[in-house]
Amino acid sequence: MTIKILGTLVELAIPYILSVILDEAIPAAVEIGDTQGGLRQIFIWGALMVVCAVIALVFNIVANRMAARVARDTAIAIRHDLFDSTLRLSCSRADAFTVPSLESRLTSDTYNVHHLIGMIQRMGIRAPILLMGGLIITFTLDPVLAGIMACVLPFIALTVFLVSRKGVPLHKKAQESGDAMVRVVREDAQGIRVIKALSRKQYEQGRYEQVNRQLQHDGLRASVVMGISNPVINLFLNVGLVAVLLVGAIRVTNGECLPGKIISFIQYFTLLSNAMLAITRIFMMFTKGAASMGRITEVLDAAAAYDEAPKTVRTMPAPMGVNGEGYLRFENIRFTYGEREKDNRRPHLSGITFDLPKGGTLGLIGATGSGKTTLLSLLMRFYDVREGNGTVSLGGRDLRTMTPEELRQKFGIAMQNDFIFAGSIEDNIRFGREISHEDVVFAAKVAQAYDFISALPDGFDHQLTSKGTNLSGGQKQRLLIARALAGKPEILILDDASSALDYRTDAALRQDIRAAQVGDGDHSPLHHTTTIIVAQRVSSVKHADLILVLDGGEVIGSGNHDALMETCEVYREIAESQMGGAILD
Amino acid sequence: MGRSTHKVGAPDKPMDRAGRTRVLLRVCKYLFKDRFAMLGAFVMMLVSNLLALAGPKITGFIIDAIDAETGVDMNTVTKWCIVLVVFYVTSAILSYFLAVLMAWISQRVSYTMRKEVFAHLTELPVGYFDTHQTGDIVSHISYDIDTVNASLSHDLLQICVSVVTVVGSLAMMLSISPLLLCVFVITVPVSILFTKYKTKKIRPLFRKRSAKLGELNGFAEEMLSGHRTIKAYYREAYMVDEFDGHNTDACEAYYRADYQGSMIGPTVNFVNNLSLCLITVLGGVFYLLTLSVPTLPAIFVIGLGDVSAFVQYSRKFSGPINEFANILSEFQSACSAAERVFALLDEPAEVADTPDAKVLPHATGEVRGDVTMEDVHFGYVPDKEILHGLSLKADKGKLIAIVGPTGAGKTTVINLLMRFYDVDSGRITVDGHEIRDLTRDSLRLSYTMVLQDTWLFCGTVLDNITYGTEGATMEDAIRAAKAARIHDFIMSLPEGYMTVLSDDGVNISKGQKQLLTIARAMLSRAPVLILDEATSNVDSRTEHLIQEALYALMQDRTCFVIAHRLSTIKNADTILVVKDGVVIESGNHDELLSKKGFYASLYNAQYK
Repeated sequence: MTIKILGTLVELAIPYILSVILDEAIPAAVEIGDTQGGLRQIFIWGALMVVCAVIALVFNIVANRMAARVARDTAIAIRHDLFDSTLRLSCSRADAFTVPSLESRLTSDTYNVHHLIGMIQRMGIRAPILLMGGLIITFTLDPVLAGIMACVLPFIALTVFLVSRKGVPLHKKAQESGDAMVRVVREDAQGIRVIKALSRKQYEQGRYEQVNRQLQHDGLRASVVMGISNPVINLFLNVGLVAVLLVGAIRVTNGECLPGKIISFIQYFTLLSNAMLAITRIFMMFTKGAASMGRITEVLDAAAAYDEAPKTVRTMPAPMGVNGEGYLRFENIRFTYGEREKDNRRPHLSGITFDLPKGGTLGLIGATGSGKTTLLSLLMRFYDVREGNGTVSLGGRDLRTMTPEELRQKFGIAMQNDFIFAGSIEDNIRFGREISHEDVVFAAKVAQAYDFISALPDGFDHQLTSKGTNLSGGQKQRLLIARALAGKPEILILDDASSALDYRTDAALRQDIRAAQVGDGDHSPLHHTTTIIVAQRVSSVKHADLILVLDGGEVIGSGNHDALMETCEVYREIAESQMGGAILD
Repeated sequence: MGRSTHKVGAPDKPMDRAGRTRVLLRVCKYLFKDRFAMLGAFVMMLVSNLLALAGPKITGFIIDAIDAETGVDMNTVTKWCIVLVVFYVTSAILSYFLAVLMAWISQRVSYTMRKEVFAHLTELPVGYFDTHQTGDIVSHISYDIDTVNASLSHDLLQICVSVVTVVGSLAMMLSISPLLLCVFVITVPVSILFTKYKTKKIRPLFRKRSAKLGELNGFAEEMLSGHRTIKAYYREAYMVDEFDGHNTDACEAYYRADYQGSMIGPTVNFVNNLSLCLITVLGGVFYLLTLSVPTLPAIFVIGLGDVSAFVQYSRKFSGPINEFANILSEFQSACSAAERVFALLDEPAEVADTPDAKVLPHATGEVRGDVTMEDVHFGYVPDKEILHGLSLKADKGKLIAIVGPTGAGKTTVINLLMRFYDVDSGRITVDGHEIRDLTRDSLRLSYTMVLQDTWLFCGTVLDNITYGTEGATMEDAIRAAKAARIHDFIMSLPEGYMTVLSDDGVNISKGQKQLLTIARAMLSRAPVLILDEATSNVDSRTEHLIQEALYALMQDRTCFVIAHRLSTIKNADTILVVKDGVVIESGNHDELLSKKGFYASLYNAQYK
């Protein structure tokens, strides 16, 4: 920064020397008729100018590089924080932002800010210094003329202010249209099979046409407003210049000023106007950058809000097992998605109460949309139960008193269409945790994935594509189960995780899990692991200690398989419908 | 000046140079669509700049009038001042209109580009989407085109302005003093050479910068889609570390380009300052001589006003050159962005329908839906064949079930039937027509399908159900929804059928999504039905309830059912057991059971 200031100051000296040569050295030489001495003077001053230019060169390059480095570091830091915050967003917030919007915040918006930071440092320091320095020097040259010039500045400031005040919202709007455009592209890239199968190309192009037009329109409006600033500012500057000339002429007539001064004055004026233009350019970028920065802070703030939320819940250490074995307890839970409950909507869960001992197995079964996944979301604290709507407790502690880290390290979860990232199979199972290769292999074996993995040419090092497009549905599911098992979790959740497995594999999977839980007594790898199985097949939950039958967000039956066959009509219906209706894979 | 720098290319890499020229030419083609607007812009730019250029010359007159031997000539000063103001005002107005016009053009161009890219995307084979990350595709259509757009509206204009200003200034300076102009004979080539040299170095860096950003986008997309899982495992910190790697790469690439770029500005500035020094010294010497040596030859005579005007022009002259360095770096990144956009546009589309491709007569309802596959060989990658000579025959109204272990190639069969991929050898026919002789649209209209991976778009429930069926009414949609047992759920939504499903909507489960796509299929009248694990996410009770509707749907249609529950498969006319890409068993349920083969062992497993 200091270097930049010095470099700029040295550059400022150049026109000053110019006026010294023209106004002092030459007339002085002419006066005393010493042409030789005059020439020598000119050359000495000229050499000085060259020296100044060299210094300015070196300093500016160094400063620019430093600026680039600072911009890089800042951008890395911002993007890091942003990604960090994005991941920490609660699911409901993340849903509200939507993936494409978060994505463009992470890339385009940070990119804009990166660009801006670089520019501000490079020109943002230089331009104001040129401006201030130029003003000071011109004041020493001729205060009256400088005063005229200074009069122009407020007008310019006003223009910049007005334009940016109108421009910022327009830019924001344009960015939102950009998001909408990206959403369509993203959606269609994912649904390309359906679009092609239904021959809906025309329709999609029409849909895209709309958002594309909107974006064009908004982009143009923003540009039209921003386009005013440059010509207007130029005009102000030039009119100022004319005024300087006029007043200068009068002052020379009155003998208050030398003509050479006016020349160097004009020199400074050009310098100043260039600085001014640079400032406006920064300002325009700033407008764009400010909109981006706003979008970034939105996410940062939202994440911060989520972090603070747990602290508001009072700690309530309930002794373990108040009612029987209660390791995992749901007490009269009522829950609705969304910010607040609407009167006309029935809750997604209500009156859920149950108890599960440590090491037990819970089966959840119920129709589509009956609330199975919602129940799990509450357990994992993807969503929080609102105050007064019951409590969820684990080992006697209210979930809300646990940090997300503490809580989630207890879980191993396999969801149905879960996330597989580009990387090796081993990395996908390990998922960034500290798990030995042996444990990975063990988990793969229990998950019935070992056979197909070892059949691959690279075995566990086999590279998967994003979303696991080079695996079949059943292979993916087994991999995900292996991931859940690899961490030897306290609570294992299989959320419809074996739907694509054939009966034989599914049965073998359950047997192996069971064996890992009790096979070796206390030394069993999964000793004490509590299991929650969500399934549509009765056979998957048949052996659970407790089965809950959910319907419309309520428990309509609970007990073990035999009891439910007696007491719960819906359960019996499901079971019967599946006899001979098994999935054959 | 401006021109020369575009074409700067490594002489030892003629390909690269030709490639760049092509990219530029292609961008120009877009501009050429608005040639009248461009022409208007050019004229305005010319006029407004010439007016602005006259400024220093007039200033010179004024200074000469001030510096006149007879004292200050106020009349002349006032006269020229008025002229100046008029010039500047006109110039400002023109340049504003110019800016608006350029913004208009550039928005239109990027609109057209986006439109073309999108249209092309819909033409690309499914394989492209299987192998490219959505995030990467998105970054082409947003970031890359934005970059080109920014460069067009701002840089292109600036380059033109610069050229005019430079040429104009040169002419003006020539008219003032040819002698002083000699200075530039030395400095300008230095500037040009330097910029040339740097450009060569920076170009690949800029390309890398765009590529890295695309990678970052892809990674971000992937991670964001796994948001919930990452949370469930509390792997935030780990993923942030991974992200940091990509992030640092992207920023580093930016920095490298910047680092090299940072030389250009100050260096060009330096050369300008150097010229200024030389001009001052030379000008000073001649001015001194003019004052002290009365017998000086006319060519050396120079007034104070001349020096002033000359110095101003040299500033004007150097301003654009200075700016040029900035613009150049942006222009560079625009070039590589354009390259990436064009690369996407050049991605081969699905092989076009042959000119004499037949259209299946859907309108008259005469398509029967007889499907055959004969000795089909296929692999996604050349040397990894998945299907080795698969044959099957499905006549109108027949139900074909395809079963087999995961990874056996069941979904691949569907990909081939729909012509998402083309067979390597063998043939597939519909109603006796080889499918490659049919138009894709009419082929695909013969099918309606429900896939395991459901796809809903951001729109109302109604739009999602009627998607694919022209002219379907609300009543049709309700009937289909009732048959698919999703009507009650839809009515429980805040706005019923008009509820907007946002992407990643929370209130709708996977099973419900699948029911919606089943409702969508219910509306279709296509003669062939494909169910690829269509009810895998639906609980068995609901499935039981919609079974009836599914049977109704299957009536009179050729059906392909993959890995469905046995209750459906049992009724199939033909069950094909596929293992490792070949049909190992076929026949109906009873025949297969009595064979006691692979199918029988699968079937009996459920009773264990």
